[in-house]
Amino acid sequence: MQGITRLQRALFSPFVTKTFSIFTTLLGISVFVFIVLRIIPGNTITGSFGIETGVLTPQQISELRHYYGIDQSLIMQYVSWIKSFLSGQLGYSFSTGVSVLKLTKSALPVTIELALIGTILGVIMGIAVGMFSARKPGSFRDFAGQLFGLLALAIPGFVLSTGIVTVMANVFHYFPNGFEYMTPWENPWMNFQQMMFPGLVLGIAVAAPVMRTTRSALLETVDKDFVRTAHGKGVPPRKVALKHVLRNSLIPIVTMTGIQFGYLLGGAVIVEKIFALPGMGRQVLDAITKREYATVQSTVMIFAILFVSVNVLTDLIYRKIDPRIKK
Amino acid sequence: MTSPLLSVKSLGISTVQDPKILVKDVSFDIYPGEAVGIVGESGSGKTLSVLSILNLLPRGVHVIEGCITYKGDDLTTFSPEQMRGIRGKDIAMVYQDPMTALNPVMKIGKQLLEAIESHEKVDVRSEQRVRDALGEVGIPDVDRAIKSYPHEFSGGMRQRVMIAMALLMSPQLLIADEPTTALDVTIQQQILSLVAEQRRKRNMSMLWITHDLGVVANLVDRLIVMYAGRIVESGTVKEIFTNPQHPYTAGLLSSLPTTSDPERKRLTSIAGVPQKPWLVGDSCSFAPRCFKVKADCLESAPRLEGTLEKSVSCFHAIGVKP
Repeated sequence: MQGITRLQRALFSPFVTKTFSIFTTLLGISVFVFIVLRIIPGNTITGSFGIETGVLTPQQISELRHYYGIDQSLIMQYVSWIKSFLSGQLGYSFSTGVSVLKLTKSALPVTIELALIGTILGVIMGIAVGMFSARKPGSFRDFAGQLFGLLALAIPGFVLSTGIVTVMANVFHYFPNGFEYMTPWENPWMNFQQMMFPGLVLGIAVAAPVMRTTRSALLETVDKDFVRTAHGKGVPPRKVALKHVLRNSLIPIVTMTGIQFGYLLGGAVIVEKIFALPGMGRQVLDAITKREYATVQSTVMIFAILFVSVNVLTDLIYRKIDPRIKK
Repeated sequence: MTSPLLSVKSLGISTVQDPKILVKDVSFDIYPGEAVGIVGESGSGKTLSVLSILNLLPRGVHVIEGCITYKGDDLTTFSPEQMRGIRGKDIAMVYQDPMTALNPVMKIGKQLLEAIESHEKVDVRSEQRVRDALGEVGIPDVDRAIKSYPHEFSGGMRQRVMIAMALLMSPQLLIADEPTTALDVTIQQQILSLVAEQRRKRNMSMLWITHDLGVVANLVDRLIVMYAGRIVESGTVKEIFTNPQHPYTAGLLSSLPTTSDPERKRLTSIAGVPQKPWLVGDSCSFAPRCFKVKADCLESAPRLEGTLEKSVSCFHAIGVKP
């Protein structure tokens, strides 16, 4: 009996269940993206030849299909992709002739930098406005804070992005993204200027839900008994706000930030395109228009791995901020 | 005669929006070294009355009249910073539910240290003081306790921690808001004797709120009985228990079960339901349920009159006149 319970405990330990759920999530995404790519009209041939596909002879098409490997059965295509993906072979981009791995190596840091800037800006703005609002519920400042949250939530990233690009370029003749992209190591100042606006657009998108979560979590915590205890022993109000109220409101804020990171990766696809940043988003968009199956599939998988990693990170942070969550 | 340590005069408490009177004309004194109990049903305004002393009333409820004098200073005129200086240092509180009164994400030791930190500079001796305080309230493994989080402790242990926290700055007055209500009976007794012992040792004044007359009988010197946001009777424990003057007090006492009753009589109850404090007009608050009610009870509200040993707010007091 003892042996069985120990085995059960091991099987249902958080580590094992978490690993299992990560594995199934990634598997599901790989199948999903694979199928979706084949359902949408067109294929690699139409993607690279465009309307000229029509003048190709059936002979040529079948040779091309064989060349691109899309004449094989779907199962075979999927298995061979997964096999090569797991061995680190992410495939080749036909239009550029470069391996997807090499493309990713230059594109991934751009997206990660953008995502980090967006998240950090968003969390700072969100918590600050949330605290500002929650200070006096129902007051003018609360109204102003909530208006910010509503507007930030309602205005789509692409509208804000194109708005900024139009105004900055036409009115102020300032458009750093018109120049070639610079990494922070090549030219930190240029990189900052190029990242500033897209980072802000993503930051605002993250800030809105974080602000709303912060506000409601703070308002809920403020009325808790332990906050009264803190006041009752003479703790200064500022310390009560930070160490007791905010500290106990962090769980929902961290959860919301983690969820927003996923949307942020999605938003980055559009924002990168508008601000001409050579990141993963642009890579996947270009690949979709050209129907480069391997590039799209592998890039989406990398997005998925990023998202899952952030989820794991969120879980680890929970354990850090709430001692009641058992390891 | 010495002057009172704390004196509450004509205290009135109401909701802020859609004003509803919750507490009206509450006055009482606590002398140095004295223990006073406030008894009353849920909603009788006893907790609000004591929370207002340290200005800890919940949002949406405020003091509308009266003054609260501590050592000659009116606390209702204090600035937030002045009030902060009193809280925990001169007057400390222990709350009803130990399960929610401690910060769940802060270590016990840190939470106690915070009580010192809020009033004076912390040094190496401060941590020793925290250890001593925890040891004094009967926490077994102090070294482990200061590194523990509240959820690792039982309710009784948490209430001991709360008491240690309250006693840390050696307050002159300890306010206890039903600290044993959320605990089971055996633990209740332990907490009661712990508090009684500490009070004797420190010669500290105490204000103990409860809805359980049996709990306070051996703990306090004087009792205040509240009904519908007003004080109906006050006096020494002996006077209240043996010679109740207000029909409500008499009704409360006769509804208590005793273990020494050979006939095992049915417990009596007071007919009707407690009056809402804000619905009491210009009449005696207890009149609708009183068996002694007369015409004058409905025409005007009686005032609390008498001495420190015995006061009653009733036109037709029962029992032996003092």
